Amino acid sequence: MLRFLLTRIGLVIPTFFGITFLSFILIRLVPGDPIEVRVGERGIAPARLAQLRHEMGLDQPLWKQFFDYIAQVLHGDLGVSVVTQKSVLTEFLTLFPATLELSIAAILFAVILGLPFGILAALKRGSWVDHTVMGVSLSGFSMPIFWWGLLLILLFSVTLGWTPVSGRISAMYYIEPTTGFLLIDSLFFSDDSGAFGSVVRYMILPTIVLGTVPLAVIARMTRSAMLEVLGEDYIRTARAKGLSAYRVIFIHALRNALIPVVTVIGLQVGTLMGGAILTETIFSWPGIGKWLVESINRRDYPALQGGVLLIASLVILVNFLVDVLYGTLNPRIRHGR
Amino acid sequence: MADNALQTPAQTATAAPAAAPSLFAEFWYHFRQNRGAVWGLYIIVFMALVAIFANFVAPHSPIEQYRDHLLTPPAWAEGGSLQFILGTDDIGRDILSRLIYGARLSLFIGCIVVTISLAIGVALGLIAGFFPGVIGIIIMRVMDILLALPSLLLAVVVAAILGPGLLNAILAVAITVVPHYTRLTRAAVMSELPKDYVTASRVAGAGVVRQMLINVLPNCAAPLIVQATLGFSSAILDAAALGFLGLGAQPPTPEWGTMLAAAREYISRAWWVVTFPGVAILITVLAFNLLGDGLRDALDPKLKR
Repeated sequence: MLRFLLTRIGLVIPTFFGITFLSFILIRLVPGDPIEVRVGERGIAPARLAQLRHEMGLDQPLWKQFFDYIAQVLHGDLGVSVVTQKSVLTEFLTLFPATLELSIAAILFAVILGLPFGILAALKRGSWVDHTVMGVSLSGFSMPIFWWGLLLILLFSVTLGWTPVSGRISAMYYIEPTTGFLLIDSLFFSDDSGAFGSVVRYMILPTIVLGTVPLAVIARMTRSAMLEVLGEDYIRTARAKGLSAYRVIFIHALRNALIPVVTVIGLQVGTLMGGAILTETIFSWPGIGKWLVESINRRDYPALQGGVLLIASLVILVNFLVDVLYGTLNPRIRHGR
Repeated sequence: MADNALQTPAQTATAAPAAAPSLFAEFWYHFRQNRGAVWGLYIIVFMALVAIFANFVAPHSPIEQYRDHLLTPPAWAEGGSLQFILGTDDIGRDILSRLIYGARLSLFIGCIVVTISLAIGVALGLIAGFFPGVIGIIIMRVMDILLALPSLLLAVVVAAILGPGLLNAILAVAITVVPHYTRLTRAAVMSELPKDYVTASRVAGAGVVRQMLINVLPNCAAPLIVQATLGFSSAILDAAALGFLGLGAQPPTPEWGTMLAAAREYISRAWWVVTFPGVAILITVLAFNLLGDGLRDALDPKLKR
């Protein structure tokens, strides 16, 4: 197990350096000098420019700048936002709980619906249930989620007036961020009794929109994993032993079918982070997805650089954890290498 | 251009029976089993025809503004007219015509993205497969890094660096899908290389390039064709997403995602400006996904459901 862990870590470290390099060159690929980009149209005196370049280490050779950047990153210094003049890391950490809360809600939504429907489709293979589940999930997989969000707003907010159009909580309430998760903050740390309900109502549509693609992927994966397992000899043995259908399906088949499904759920982190960009833009959700798009529009390259690095690191970390979990769940993988 | 999409199936249809009738017939027999895939193919052919003959099919110009007909509802709704079947947008442009020209744009985006990424991805995959030493490791590590970033985030970043615009968006989306082709090609090469026919041809004196292109590549064509078909759908989807975020095609280009971005403000007043571009994206992407699934079943018996 230790060896398995070490080889996996050995694979992660170069990837992390690669991501750091990518975010390092990112700001240098933007046309123009980083300082000139920063001062914008105000202009800057040549002497001051040279001085600033020296202060920021921009007159150093590129490889030295890169190592300085790595040192900075390892110290948690991701630069300063051009627009707000606040540390990029601080901004990211302030906004991240909103994205995390939405992502967790979305993945729960996807798992709670996706698993049962996937199992059902596999058990009723070839029936209308199977065809419906597969058809719906293929549509979900093909869904332009930015349009899906608009459509839901059109139906539930504009026409029916059931849910709010955008934002995270009604303007009536103010909640001091304690954990940053509004569901928890409004339930345990707020005296306003209506605040929690408001938070829930604001969350419903974004959760559905962000959870749609993972839902489709999980349902499809569960179905195919179940079908594969149900064809195995040990299932026939279990049936032949006279075990109840419930035991065969949920104890013998599902536990084995879940192994690839767990991996797929873990891999949805990337989808969620990409989807967050669109979902948060549609619903004005104050998270990092919306922040990144705004950073691009404001040409706030340090924020973009730091944000990309943090999100990529997060995805790498989760994928690594999934890999390790997969190795734990499935000894064949661990010993195969 | 857009007609590439049409030519590929058409060419196989005409050329294959003459050369090897049984091969294509067998493929078609399996492919026809999957009704969804056949429907996907019909929709794509229809879309391609509409895209090619957009000038003749579209009732109006996609950018002409009918100032007297702002936000006209679709023909069947109250206040609609047959002049604008799907209604008009906020500055009086005919939505149907814009969707028709948008089909041309989306298929064009799909073709270019798939061509660029397939060419680069396959080349890198072949190199990585044939030279598994330092070069191969470096290539695959770089691909892993690209895969670590969510594709839309990577596309957004590339588009932000290059600046907004249709061509930059195409390039951005193409870069994000290269790793899939590289991995697929490399895996196929690795499984083909130890086989006897490759050794035999090497002994006969075949050079590396010949090995790559003539011996090995045709044998990994099946998964690549499937991936390329699915690549169309993700390319169209991501390019529309970039357009929606304002980083893709710029107005007044009738790109579906860009149309949706402009329509957002009118969501409470005019449902039709928001609905139809999305329907167009969904149907097109769905068609390519159906076709891809069907091709996978027909071409690769190992992956059969």
